[in-house]
Amino acid sequence: MDKSFLFQAIVYLASAVIGVNIAKRLGLGTILGYLLAGVAIGPFVLGFVGEEGKDIMHVSEFGVVMMLFVIGLELEPNLLWRMRKLVIGLGGMQVLGTTIAISLAAYFLGQSWQAALAIGATLSLSSTAIVMQTLNEKSLLKTSSGNSAFAVLLCQDIAVIPLLAVFPILATEVVDNQSASLIGNFSGWQQTLIVLGAIAIIIVAGKYVVGPVFRWVAKTRQRELFMATALLLVFLIAELMIVVGLSPALGTFLAGVVLANSEFRHELESDIDPFKGLLLGLFFISVGSTIDFGLVKDNFLLVIALVLGLMFLKGIILYVLGKSFGLKGDQNMLFAVSLAQMGEFAFVLFSFAGQYALISAGDIDLLIAVVALSMALTPLFFVVNERLILPKYFTKEKSNRRADEIHDKNPVIIAGFGRYGNIVGRFLRANGVSATVLDNDSDRVELLRRFGYKVYYGDASRFDLMKAAGAETAKIIIIAMDTPQQCLEMVAMVKKNFPHLKILSRAYDRNDSFDLMESGVDFIYRETLDSSLRLGADALQMIGFRAYQTHRAARTFLKHDERVLADLIKHRHDSKSYISVAKEKITELEELILRDIKDEGILERDSGWDSDKLRTAPKS
Amino acid sequence: MASVLIIFAHPVYEKSRVNQYLVKAVKGLKQVTFHDLYELYPDFDIDIKKEQKLLAKHDIIVLQHPFYWYSMPPLLKQWLDLVLEYGWAYGKEGTQLRNKKLFNAITTGGTFEAYQKEGHNRYTIPELLYPLDQTAFLCKMTYYPPFIIHGTHRLTDVEMQQFAQDYQQIITGLRDDLFLEDDLVSAAYMNNLIDKPYSL
Repeated sequence: MDKSFLFQAIVYLASAVIGVNIAKRLGLGTILGYLLAGVAIGPFVLGFVGEEGKDIMHVSEFGVVMMLFVIGLELEPNLLWRMRKLVIGLGGMQVLGTTIAISLAAYFLGQSWQAALAIGATLSLSSTAIVMQTLNEKSLLKTSSGNSAFAVLLCQDIAVIPLLAVFPILATEVVDNQSASLIGNFSGWQQTLIVLGAIAIIIVAGKYVVGPVFRWVAKTRQRELFMATALLLVFLIAELMIVVGLSPALGTFLAGVVLANSEFRHELESDIDPFKGLLLGLFFISVGSTIDFGLVKDNFLLVIALVLGLMFLKGIILYVLGKSFGLKGDQNMLFAVSLAQMGEFAFVLFSFAGQYALISAGDIDLLIAVVALSMALTPLFFVVNERLILPKYFTKEKSNRRADEIHDKNPVIIAGFGRYGNIVGRFLRANGVSATVLDNDSDRVELLRRFGYKVYYGDASRFDLMKAAGAETAKIIIIAMDTPQQCLEMVAMVKKNFPHLKILSRAYDRNDSFDLMESGVDFIYRETLDSSLRLGADALQMIGFRAYQTHRAARTFLKHDERVLADLIKHRHDSKSYISVAKEKITELEELILRDIKDEGILERDSGWDSDKLRTAPKS
Repeated sequence: MASVLIIFAHPVYEKSRVNQYLVKAVKGLKQVTFHDLYELYPDFDIDIKKEQKLLAKHDIIVLQHPFYWYSMPPLLKQWLDLVLEYGWAYGKEGTQLRNKKLFNAITTGGTFEAYQKEGHNRYTIPELLYPLDQTAFLCKMTYYPPFIIHGTHRLTDVEMQQFAQDYQQIITGLRDDLFLEDDLVSAAYMNNLIDKPYSL
């Protein structure tokens, strides 16, 4: 069979397209679709991909890496601080409790205490990729169960660091593993120091180097260059982590947290996102395709018992912990089900343990199959929980508490904070209304941030960035980007994706207003109109007109002009009738205002106060 | 010599012939401050502190305005609402206007006869001005009868010029303390004080 790169790409992508589509239609969620697609093309069903699946896995692990980077980006330090109780308390107890329980079980099943500890610790971890993806798809992330699950996953991800440091110490045999990492030749304690050094590098560089570099790149205003830089950053960190023998996912997660406070947060997030999604899909496919069904078939009962036993055990521990942390009914059930599987870090940790011969190779193969199966079963468990368990036992507690805390979501989004948008923004802020501001001039963003504004760098006309800025929950968007073209693109994007948003758009001139009106915007503000009229009114006053009169005249002009605009748009593409109609309207306006000045109207009305006239007026 | 503050409010002053005569006659008089509200606050955004300072500096306050719907133009009402604050103009510590004099200088298209009990408007102008009278009372000011020009649409230039002189005479007379307090309080129209029973 021809297994060229292109052929493989076709197989993977086609299976993803078909598998996910079918799974979606069956209501099974995308992850199960990917996993089943992987199983289908794997050696045990169609056999399109065989052992190479493992190579793909290495590439696709970047999906996990990027996901953790994005998760890190979401985690502003103060959010992390607010979640400390859940992360350390709930997460810590889960890792500790599950590790002890599984380790004991493994020990009594005949493993050495070191191996038992390694197995227990590894299997206590859950799959960040599956859980986050599923919760996100079902928009459960902001619920109390989603929140708790996130905290536990966070703790688990952090726990990987000490585990990676402890495994070499646990190892009873010294193994020649210099191929595994460049620092393999150092002693355990030296390795630990190097690992800590690498983490320090990420934190320091994230704080002091990355920002200036991004600003420098952003000045080119080339979106793809920015994207390339973002990918470069992730790859660099991943490589650094691999070199020191740490999990790349953890390194990028850390980098994400460090960058969470930077103005590039939204842009980075949306640049990485498509890659993340696709690579994650690839990762799930490769998990599916590498499940060793031969091994599973040979030890069928053992594997089934292990998978179900472990998931049940983890589920119970989670349920008890959830209860003691105040999770109620359906939320607690969801929490327990979502985290009951084993996670992708198991692949990393088991192969790491294998390098140190901590666990026997046969056991590792078996355990990896168990982990993969438990991951594959998770989406199914979600479905079972959702359709069978929750409705039956928890119906009464359903649908209370949802969308709890939304961080940094403002009712107003301002796209473009240049000479126009910033006045609007300042005015709103002066009235106690904070707006989420998006701007794609990195110099300006930096300057505004120094003034204490919450400004994000990024091209607002991108769907993903708008989403990240909270467009789904916002009420209005103020479009004040630099060029009419940008404003129009933005309008089209908002109309299509966020139809609930009221659009207030700045227009450059009359023609631009027509364009915006045709694209369906109702609230249009010609940027020069009001201030020009103010200037005009001041000029009239200096010539000797009365202040209130000029004020009125300006109002009359403004109202008339806006009305005329709506009439004129019908003629905009017919220059002949446009000019004649425009002329007509100009005359009309002049007459209108001059009449006010000469004032037959007001004089007439005023003389109504001559009561003699009133009395002699014919009675009706 | 007392000081006089003329608070003037006319939204279309540029078209009011009679008010132009009146303003010309009193603007620039010694010890008389002419204060044009519609010119200062076309957007109705009144500077309260500034207005209060101005009030505090004068002894006699004149509200000069056309008679709109038996009352004053909106900006002048807004001015009263905002400037005469509790604690400043009235209330326990509101003593800033105490003992000052207040009266209206009114132009109206309606005739003298129309503003009588048997007339079209059923009430006299002093009666219709009771809210102002009470306002003055509340602020412990003395309320004087109004200076009034009736039938403004039918006045000739000569007649308007005559009224302008009357107005000037009233203002300077008050400033120079030429009138008896008893006459001031008891007259129906301020016009009576200069031997001009309403006739035009």
